[in-house]
Amino acid sequence: MRHISALVSHTRRMIAHNWVSLAAITIVTFLAFIAVVGPLMTAYDPYVTDLANVFSPPGKLHWFGTDQLGRDVLSRVVASARIDLSVAICAVAASFTVGVGIGGLAGYFGGSFDLWTSRIAEMVQVFPLFVLAMALVAALGNDLRNVVLATAIVNLPFYIRLARVEAGVLSTQLFVEAARAAGNGDARIISRVLLPNVMPNLMIQLSVNLGWAILNAASLSFIGLGIRPPTAEWGIMVAEGATQAMAGHWWLIVFPGFALALAVFAFNLLGDALRDMFDIHSR
Amino acid sequence: MGLVTFLLRRLIAAVPAVGALVVATFVIMRVLPGDPAVFFSSSPVPTAEETAYVRQKLGLDRSLPEQLLIYLKDIGSADLGMSFTTGRPVLTELKERLPASLELAISALLLALAVSIPLGVAAAIWSGSPLDHIARVVSSIGVSMPTFVTGLILTYVFFLWLGLAPEPVDRIDMFITAPPRVTGFLLIDSTLSGDWIALRSAAARLVLPSVTMAIFVLSPLTRMTRSAMLGVLSSDFVRTARAMGLSDRTVYVRYALRNALLPVLTTVGIVFSTMLGSNVLVERVFGWPGIGSFALNALVASDYAPVQGFVLLMGLLMVAINLAIDVAYGLADPRARRMS
Repeated sequence: MRHISALVSHTRRMIAHNWVSLAAITIVTFLAFIAVVGPLMTAYDPYVTDLANVFSPPGKLHWFGTDQLGRDVLSRVVASARIDLSVAICAVAASFTVGVGIGGLAGYFGGSFDLWTSRIAEMVQVFPLFVLAMALVAALGNDLRNVVLATAIVNLPFYIRLARVEAGVLSTQLFVEAARAAGNGDARIISRVLLPNVMPNLMIQLSVNLGWAILNAASLSFIGLGIRPPTAEWGIMVAEGATQAMAGHWWLIVFPGFALALAVFAFNLLGDALRDMFDIHSR
Repeated sequence: MGLVTFLLRRLIAAVPAVGALVVATFVIMRVLPGDPAVFFSSSPVPTAEETAYVRQKLGLDRSLPEQLLIYLKDIGSADLGMSFTTGRPVLTELKERLPASLELAISALLLALAVSIPLGVAAAIWSGSPLDHIARVVSSIGVSMPTFVTGLILTYVFFLWLGLAPEPVDRIDMFITAPPRVTGFLLIDSTLSGDWIALRSAAARLVLPSVTMAIFVLSPLTRMTRSAMLGVLSSDFVRTARAMGLSDRTVYVRYALRNALLPVLTTVGIVFSTMLGSNVLVERVFGWPGIGSFALNALVASDYAPVQGFVLLMGLLMVAINLAIDVAYGLADPRARRMS
């Protein structure tokens, strides 16, 4: 209990001193809010077409304008938040659990399992990640589930390597030795001693990764992989808007594009904020 | 360790990576849904006999290890299959289009380095200053902007609105004859043939896509330069150099920056990998005739031989680039040779 209240007060102090953390937490909270209750608040159905009202520029009735089918761009941008955030959260959660499991075990026990996993992780990491994700979606089948899967697989090496290094370094530390000497078993040492200590770095990685996963999902749907039209999704909206925008309908790319950039930016910023927050040197 | 031994050892160390890559592309091909024989046939809607013929020709009726051997033999004889969308060998297509992609990626990388190194150095020298914060915010925004959004917005502003940029199609104006192909890099080829009109047109078309890509990778480069520079600036030899009364310029450029550039070199590998990935998106937005747009068109048409060739080529490129960076590191810093 005591360290939780210490963490809360520390967080409060950091936020007061650091506008980056404040901005990051504000934007992420805002995005989460939009994703959860946003679709209930928008005035239009994101899928209802209104052919009498195509390409109306941003105005009082349609704040973000309407698209080539007369659909309300604001409603569609809001509806996208839920899809893109869910994809990113599912993918990152999967690679986090599996990656930390494999990496942690490899780092803690070492040996040939460690050697092989880190070799494979290294090789995968050399590869352009987006190309790998593209190839995986193409190979596994072009649907939403496989976008999540591909994003998760592509991110796996980061967690494996991070958890491995952290666990490897930590397991030689004196306090871990002490815990072992006190008669704690491997399972208890891993869950009670190692995991709490590797968490800060993993949380930073998690946040930055969420941003990357959103970008990855939207980029895949931009090139026509994974999520398909007419789904309201940022990447698809930009892709559909790309042809129209060159006829002067700028709002079709600017609003979904900036929403996407804002989401990625928020999670990158949160990563920075967490880095500041956890950094023992600056305390 | 001598230089030659070092180079040889690095070269040998790259062999397993290439091997794993070849096997990985094979596995990806085997996992593909549907019948590869249908995909690898020369016509989009093959007849039953044709499929059977292709299956036999490709060895798809044999066991998996045998198929892997056939695949290895094909790669060994530089046969990456045919693209049915263009009706030409995949290798020829990739060879023709690779310079376009590389020209784009390399100019974007040079542009990004030209901005991020001075920015990172300044941010480190005046760390904590408004300049440092601005550098951090600007590069964070850059890395959060999806390349396809940046590209479209830049096109909208500079082509459609201001009329300063050429239309986002191809590498050179369609009314200008391309210079004779020597390297495939239009900037180099047109300079070689002294064709200044072609050079101008090619350079103008290169600006927006490379700016788009450069913005995306500014952040890792600036951050790495800043932190490497901070590390070096607090080291003993810089303090000594200062104490000896050397000018700021000498201390920063000759002593600090030279040492700080090594970690940046390692980051360049990661950055280049990111760039090759985002190439697909940027080429799409700017109608750039590179390998990315080729692979993408093939992917959309379920033409898998080009995709497989593209993935293999990307992997080989990255192995080569990492090798080059390792070697450059070893040349610049003899200590790195001992460690490996």
